[in-house]
Amino acid sequence: MKLAGFLLLVAGWAIVVAAVALLPSALTRVGFVLAGLATELLGFALAVRSHLVLPAEGE
Amino acid sequence: MTPFVAPSLPSFSEVSAVLCLLLIFLVPFAGAGLALINSGLGRSRSAAHAMLGALCVASVAALVYVVAGFAWQGVAGRPDHALVVAGKTWGWIATEPFFLRGLRLDLSPAALVVLLQMFSVGLAGMIPLSSGADRWRLGATCASTALLAGWTYPLFAHWVWGGGWLAQLGVNCGLGRGFVDGGGSATIQVVGGVTALSITWILGPRRGKFSAEGMPAALPGHNVVLALLGCVFAWIGWMALNSAGAMLFLGVEPGRVVLIAVNTILCAASSGLAAAVVTRVRFGRPDASLSANGWIAGLVASSAAAPFLKPASAMIVGGVAGIIVVWVADFLEFQLAIDDPGGAVSVHAVCGLWGVLAVALLGDVGAAGVGAPGLGTHGQWLAQLVGIATLLGFVLPLTYGLNWLLDRVYRQRAGREGELQGMDLSELGAGAYPEFDIHGDDLLQR
Repeated sequence: MKLAGFLLLVAGWAIVVAAVALLPSALTRVGFVLAGLATELLGFALAVRSHLVLPAEGE
Repeated sequence: MTPFVAPSLPSFSEVSAVLCLLLIFLVPFAGAGLALINSGLGRSRSAAHAMLGALCVASVAALVYVVAGFAWQGVAGRPDHALVVAGKTWGWIATEPFFLRGLRLDLSPAALVVLLQMFSVGLAGMIPLSSGADRWRLGATCASTALLAGWTYPLFAHWVWGGGWLAQLGVNCGLGRGFVDGGGSATIQVVGGVTALSITWILGPRRGKFSAEGMPAALPGHNVVLALLGCVFAWIGWMALNSAGAMLFLGVEPGRVVLIAVNTILCAASSGLAAAVVTRVRFGRPDASLSANGWIAGLVASSAAAPFLKPASAMIVGGVAGIIVVWVADFLEFQLAIDDPGGAVSVHAVCGLWGVLAVALLGDVGAAGVGAPGLGTHGQWLAQLVGIATLLGFVLPLTYGLNWLLDRVYRQRAGREGELQGMDLSELGAGAYPEFDIHGDDLLQR
């Protein structure tokens, strides 16, 4: 889950960079940037979840 | 990949250069402030370790930055490696020689950038110290700082301040004036903040922080007076940092320094007060340590936006930062089980991101005359969002990966005995307060 989270973070960033570099239309560019950010948030949520401390570990 | 020359740094009159130099000399106050806050919000058994850690971080950061960091960061107007995508050049890493070879260290803007960055990278390195307090070994701190100063920081700083692709979003893609961050809300604070998050994840929580049911225990800072004094030092340093950064990286006129200082003060004041009011409403009394965090959160948020805000907007930026920092600190601890003793993630990462966004939401980038002539401000918010996406999608995985690898070869967390004994005794052989028997109090919940 940790690896998937970080891969999604990088994938979201790649979508954002590709959108601003390759898309000429402002509307589609905004759409893809927001989609990239949403992907990053999903990846961040997975990364956070994979680091949640189990009660026994917090002892 | 082609060599590419980005737009140059601003040219300075001698008076402007001397003013900038004097401002840079005040920047270490920001580091002193953070060091005092880190020490004050940590436990007494690790107080000397925290202060020595800050000195070591500043030293390692300056050395590594001069040896290699500047070579990757460079300055705008000097050649860098660039990718050509869709007919546009995207500068991604500088091509300066190591050890500052070939750079004249005089009053030129490039030399002033080097001097400012030697302090700034140390400031970024001190941020994770706060999240790793009471359990992060000194050797690992130094090694992690070397990775930050040698790789993570210079790479992102090149993209923003060295004429790299984020700075060129305006010219290349018509996104306002490109990604704008004069004083380092993103480049210093968020980079340090996401590194702090990586460190908390890699180290895990302090022993005794979470109960068997997962409830966090209160482990209060040992000296709130130190933390509050640190706020005053940080205030001085931040005014200098924001002003010098805006002059060097945004090319604002020296006369605008007054506005930047006023906005910095207003951000910090409204943020500190907002945090005090929020904690008063929630807990019945203002919380001193969270108010101190609120004060720093305001300074952090001001860094990107101070040159572009009207004073009323600066109050809003600070007020929002003060509310955010209290809420996020609670959320991280109670919901996400993140043990961040000094609040580095909420203060530096989250409020830094808020500052970056505030540039587009509340600032008037056009009024400051930033960027290449002829550029509009349309799409500025998208440029700022691209910067935020880069911090989350590139810098966080990079800094986590580097620190994870470091942890594989050199364990970063102190051993069980050392942690129970305290970092002062276990790593330094002597406590910060040898004449007082205070360790028993450390474990009591107040």
